[in-house]
Amino acid sequence: MPVYEKILLKNMEQPGYTGSLTDYTRAGGYSALEKVLKGMSPQDVIETIKKSGLRGRGGAGFPTGVKWGFIPKDHPGPKYLCCNADESEPGTFKDRQLIENDPHPILEGIAIACFAIGAQTAYIYIRGEFFLGAKILNQAIAEAYRAGFLGTDIMASGFNLNVSVHRGAGAYICGEETALLESIEGKRGKPRSKPPFPATHGLYQKPTVVNNVETLSNVPHIINKGHEWFAAIGNGKSTGTRIFSVSGPVNQPGNYEVPLGITFREMIYEHAGGMRGDKKLKAIIPGGASASFFTSEHLDVRMDFESVAAAGSMLGSGAVTVMNEDTCMVWAAMNLLEFFHHESCGKCTPCREGSAWLLQILTRIEHGEGRLEDLKTLESLSHKIEGMTVCAFGDAEVAPILSTLKHFRAEYEAHIEERRCPFRTSVALAMAQ
Amino acid sequence: MKMRVLSDQTKSCIEAEFPKYPDKRSVLLPALWIEQTASGYLSEQAMIDISELLDLTPVQVYDVATFYYMYNLKPVGRFHIQICKTLSCGLSGANTLIAYMQKKLEIHAGEKTPDGLFSLKLVECLAACGSGPMMQINEDYYEHLTNQKVDQILDDLKRVGKSSLATGRFRLPMVG
Repeated sequence: MPVYEKILLKNMEQPGYTGSLTDYTRAGGYSALEKVLKGMSPQDVIETIKKSGLRGRGGAGFPTGVKWGFIPKDHPGPKYLCCNADESEPGTFKDRQLIENDPHPILEGIAIACFAIGAQTAYIYIRGEFFLGAKILNQAIAEAYRAGFLGTDIMASGFNLNVSVHRGAGAYICGEETALLESIEGKRGKPRSKPPFPATHGLYQKPTVVNNVETLSNVPHIINKGHEWFAAIGNGKSTGTRIFSVSGPVNQPGNYEVPLGITFREMIYEHAGGMRGDKKLKAIIPGGASASFFTSEHLDVRMDFESVAAAGSMLGSGAVTVMNEDTCMVWAAMNLLEFFHHESCGKCTPCREGSAWLLQILTRIEHGEGRLEDLKTLESLSHKIEGMTVCAFGDAEVAPILSTLKHFRAEYEAHIEERRCPFRTSVALAMAQ
Repeated sequence: MKMRVLSDQTKSCIEAEFPKYPDKRSVLLPALWIEQTASGYLSEQAMIDISELLDLTPVQVYDVATFYYMYNLKPVGRFHIQICKTLSCGLSGANTLIAYMQKKLEIHAGEKTPDGLFSLKLVECLAACGSGPMMQINEDYYEHLTNQKVDQILDDLKRVGKSSLATGRFRLPMVG
């Protein structure tokens, strides 16, 4: 199996590493912040991150340096940075590992980002269920304040920064950047209509950057080792490593940090140990529940932003959910629609009402009560949601349906013709409920 | 200002959040958390108290409290069990776990045991997809669950109020 140098998981894989400030500084932690504060201008930092090619690890893959560059330089008054630690995309569990085992690189990345954009206040928005993660981050913040890495006049540079943890309370949509801002403002997490974009009208209508945990964790390394080093890792415009969360019936589910651009085949059959019980692989969701399904035909697609997009899906949050020959694709789509229906914030009618109808039809088909015309209804309804909502949630909720209909239409038809689930999944479900 | 149901301690904990934000309304989610941690749930009067403290209307508070799934508007069990049922957990046997839990506790999802000890809720993805089936009880995650582990966890909780089977930090490497 190919072995790659890790960037983000390296520290925590050292024996005895606890993620404390002492451990982190011993491993060279906060030297990037020192380098920035003692010898770089905000513009230097932004240029370095731009040249590194670092792209957002939360889902959209937007170039981080470009995002920072959008913040107006001469804007009077406060600017903000929000770290998105709302990890909620089904299949994704990488930020949890980073937060719980190595919180300081996140804080160092936040400090460097704030220096670059001229922000003096940062909020870490963490999902409410991560009680432990919030506790660990708060401890790390207290340590960093005590050591003078946060607070006023950091390293005698004149740079001030306050960081606090803001806990969510159970709403997937708050991972959407404008919903996250609404939530910090003490409102329902409903995405805002864009434009204006957060870069000019973000938190409290002030210029704001929202970056994911994994994105920010990369920043200190890029500052220390240089943009050329980072840009040399990965594939084309997808630079650096990525932590992929692999779940489903593989021998070793888990988080794997590899350079962007290895194939799904290498990830699943080498790093994740192959299919459990040597079952046949049927489907892969390549980038979290919002991404279109792939099939075994796609195993040689490279895991980088461009290659996955060219093959008709998206790399998204880096969550790879694997399904084998025993999994009913109608059930899988129904399961995800239960998720999307539950999590729709209710702002846009096509998404709010559409998710309920889609779920109703899928449930009917899964339970052997479907009609052949249902398949057309699913498609036409999906196309009326796609692109018709304020945020990307609408597109996300139809992706599992349209892609399973495309790749596994025969399974849908079999449910309808046999008037039952050929995999008997619905029977198992009925027994469970 | 004297609160009707918020304790003095809860009130001062909420006020301690003010300096973190440029406006009081941002303290709403933290305030609801602080009160829920203190009282186990959010009563109507508590929400009215919070609205007064933050210069909001009661409806603004209720609006937010009802949007976020983790705020309990009714008392839950002393041990609030949340089982993840989303895809990856579903693929690893969440349905079997749900069935077992319901049978064992003799309640359905959404209910509480008569002694008030356990309540059960089915939830969406908790970011533990590589280690399902899993559940969260109060603040702790429990992963790689089997019927046997469930027996031990519930027994531990009944006897001593906590269980050594709680995950703690994300484990490296993840093992069953």
